[in-house]
Amino acid sequence: MARRLLSGMMNYSDTSISAIAPFLSLENVRKTYPGVVALDGFSMEVRPGEVIGLVGENGAGKSTLMKILGGVTTPDTGTITVDGTAHKGLSVEGSLGSGIAFVHQELNLFENLDVAANIFFGREPLRAGPFKLVDRARLRTMVAPLLKRVGANFSADTQVADLSLAQQQMVEIAKALSIKARLVILDEPTSSLPIAETDKLLDVIKGLKADGISVIFISHRLHEVERVADRVVVLRDGMLAGTLGKRDINHDQMVKLMIGRMLKEREKASEAARAPGAVALAAKAVRTPAYPGRPVDLDVRRGEILGLAGLVGSGRTELARVFFGIDGCLGGTLELDGTPLALASAADAVAHGIFLVPEDRKLTGILLDLSIAQNISLPNLPAHAKRSLVSAGAETATAEKQKKNLGIKAPSVQTRTGTLSGGNQQKVVLGKWLAMNPKVMILDEPTRGIDIGAKAEIYGLMRALADAGVAVLMISSDMEEVIGVSDRIAVMHEGQISGILDKEQFSQENVLLLAVGKQPK
Amino acid sequence: MSKKDLGLLILILVVGAIVAIINPRFLLPINLANTSNLIGLFGILSIGQAFVIITGGIELSVGSLVALLGTLFIDFIAVRELDWPLAFVLIIALGAIIGLVHGWLITRLKLQPFVVTLCGLLIYRGVARFYTADGTAGFAFGQNFPELEFLTAGRSWGVPNSFFALIVIAIVMWVVLHRSVFGRYLYAIGKNEEAAKYSGIRTGRIVMAAYVICGVLTALSAIYFAMYTRSISPASHGQFYELYAIAAAVLGGFSLRGGEGSLVGVILGTVLLQELQNLVNLLGIPSSLNFAVMGGVILIGVLVDQQWGVFRARRRMIDASRKTVAGAAAE
Repeated sequence: MARRLLSGMMNYSDTSISAIAPFLSLENVRKTYPGVVALDGFSMEVRPGEVIGLVGENGAGKSTLMKILGGVTTPDTGTITVDGTAHKGLSVEGSLGSGIAFVHQELNLFENLDVAANIFFGREPLRAGPFKLVDRARLRTMVAPLLKRVGANFSADTQVADLSLAQQQMVEIAKALSIKARLVILDEPTSSLPIAETDKLLDVIKGLKADGISVIFISHRLHEVERVADRVVVLRDGMLAGTLGKRDINHDQMVKLMIGRMLKEREKASEAARAPGAVALAAKAVRTPAYPGRPVDLDVRRGEILGLAGLVGSGRTELARVFFGIDGCLGGTLELDGTPLALASAADAVAHGIFLVPEDRKLTGILLDLSIAQNISLPNLPAHAKRSLVSAGAETATAEKQKKNLGIKAPSVQTRTGTLSGGNQQKVVLGKWLAMNPKVMILDEPTRGIDIGAKAEIYGLMRALADAGVAVLMISSDMEEVIGVSDRIAVMHEGQISGILDKEQFSQENVLLLAVGKQPK
Repeated sequence: MSKKDLGLLILILVVGAIVAIINPRFLLPINLANTSNLIGLFGILSIGQAFVIITGGIELSVGSLVALLGTLFIDFIAVRELDWPLAFVLIIALGAIIGLVHGWLITRLKLQPFVVTLCGLLIYRGVARFYTADGTAGFAFGQNFPELEFLTAGRSWGVPNSFFALIVIAIVMWVVLHRSVFGRYLYAIGKNEEAAKYSGIRTGRIVMAAYVICGVLTALSAIYFAMYTRSISPASHGQFYELYAIAAAVLGGFSLRGGEGSLVGVILGTVLLQELQNLVNLLGIPSSLNFAVMGGVILIGVLVDQQWGVFRARRRMIDASRKTVAGAAAE
């Protein structure tokens, strides 16, 4: 009751907040793993009703911090004070019990169950009697207010499989609320969300804040952090690199703290207007399995980076799958350098020099159990073999070259790719294609989940490819990236190209308008 | 040879030593020759199975195929009086075709390997029994095929030729699995078929080839089994052999999820299984307990292997943390 009153009183002027005892505070927390200091004397506070943006490059210690807060691991030294009680470390039950809830980047929902069943999974209200039957009526009345609080536009008996990613995230948040959470930790919640859905999620965060619930918002998308955070905590190399108050939160400051210096310049396409090259890959009235009724026309030219924007589900990945021969064309034709192209499999596309860096790195991009060298040689293995016996020497030579070229950070090319960071894994995916001769390079969300330093390197590589005459098609949901990197932007809406923007028409507004099927200004 | 294989080899030697101490007849040439003959027969069968398991598939019909192809082989040479080399080629070709059909159903029509080969298990057994009208296929009195008998059931320097056949096949298949482009593709597909496909591998063809290899080796072992028993009652011949083959692969370190295992492993797995069979006979354990002993040993083997993995991971962590502590102290 008192807490409710408190949160009602708070009007988020900085002074009134700091007067209130923090819900959570970490003091001088240190955690080491064999060979690594993951957190080193880290301290922070979270006050009730405060939204903290937590940023840092991959490997800065964010995941360790999350593990400590979730009770999965205990710190070596330091204290964690939750709601006035000091602990040496939390247990999973202790963390849950004190009202700390997580919404992970990878959603943990049962797609085959409905929303209500997911929210109260394992805690279902039961009917009286020996059979432990679920009391569905009561379950529904329990779920309804939770869904209302997260602003859900779907009902409690919808199958999770039928929900969009943002809606699924709402279910996760409702689940967090159902345990009477006082601190909700969102780990990269927007990394797979399209622009419009991201706005909804940010609104939900504001709603939580208004209810006096604290939020830790972890994201690589700094402009979103800018929009919702009251305070930004920056981690670097396991230490607190700095804290930014509401007024000081801006992109450049965050980046500066994250990497310890200013980026030389924001990645931009070179200023000189490029003479458009010849059309390399052309889609003429191509119909994809996802939108069989909507033909797509698209030209990708040599020497350009064509950005492909649009909402998730607008058919961009499906189009890429057709270009790469994974899915068949249901109609229309593909042309490569003006000659018709029939692709029965990805192997055909690879043989024609059409390569794809897929969206899901771990599932389709690389084989985590194979070494860097084995991954890089895989698409071109016969060239690394004599009389169809694999030559380890040839493999190593190719891999070493790519490792040096791309700056893959690993002890050796025999290292298992599963042990590499996301950015280095992505470089291995790029390396396996660069070792061959790309004509058309398709990159689907190439920088998702990759830290800022590696992002800039990948942008540089794409530009170098384009400069070498390769046609580059980049699918991206990151607005800054699409506008910053592309030479032209094609926008998809419900399976069709709703418009193509030239450099002078580039703006977030125009991309968004096309993405929802309206005309640009 | 990996550490896993080495562990298995040591286990085989230890069990062998114990059996030899309790019952010295274990080391009699006749016993060793018999056991190595069985190792040869089951080894060929198990290598075929291993190629399918490495892709993450399974082939349940091999036991029934051993019955059907064995029956046909004897029928071809004893009743229809075909030249045995011709019959041999026909049977191998039939094995290849059956493997191709299985592979086609699995990769093109997207049926599950378990389902396809379970149906095969039922169908081939039924066809074999129908073909002989539930009778027994065998040779007439006085029928002899000296060359064929020498190659299959004969011995050189006291060692069964089937064992030599296994060694030759094992060497060839070792190169194919561990050194060739095809072998690398098999591992890649077993680890992650989607990623292999996105790397431009024609995964369907490779998986199909694995089933063809399994079919060919099954056909070969069917001929060996037929010439070993010389008479086949299709209702029981080869029953549960698919499980022996799968068990040998699992003991040898193959994962049923695919992408893991070595050729040396599957051979050692076969050896251990046959050693256990022999142990049951020699130690006077009631033969009704045969399967129970095998099941128990496989379970223990898999358990030890898994726990060993956990133990090693933990020790690596402790070693590494000691190093950091020592490093910090030095500073």
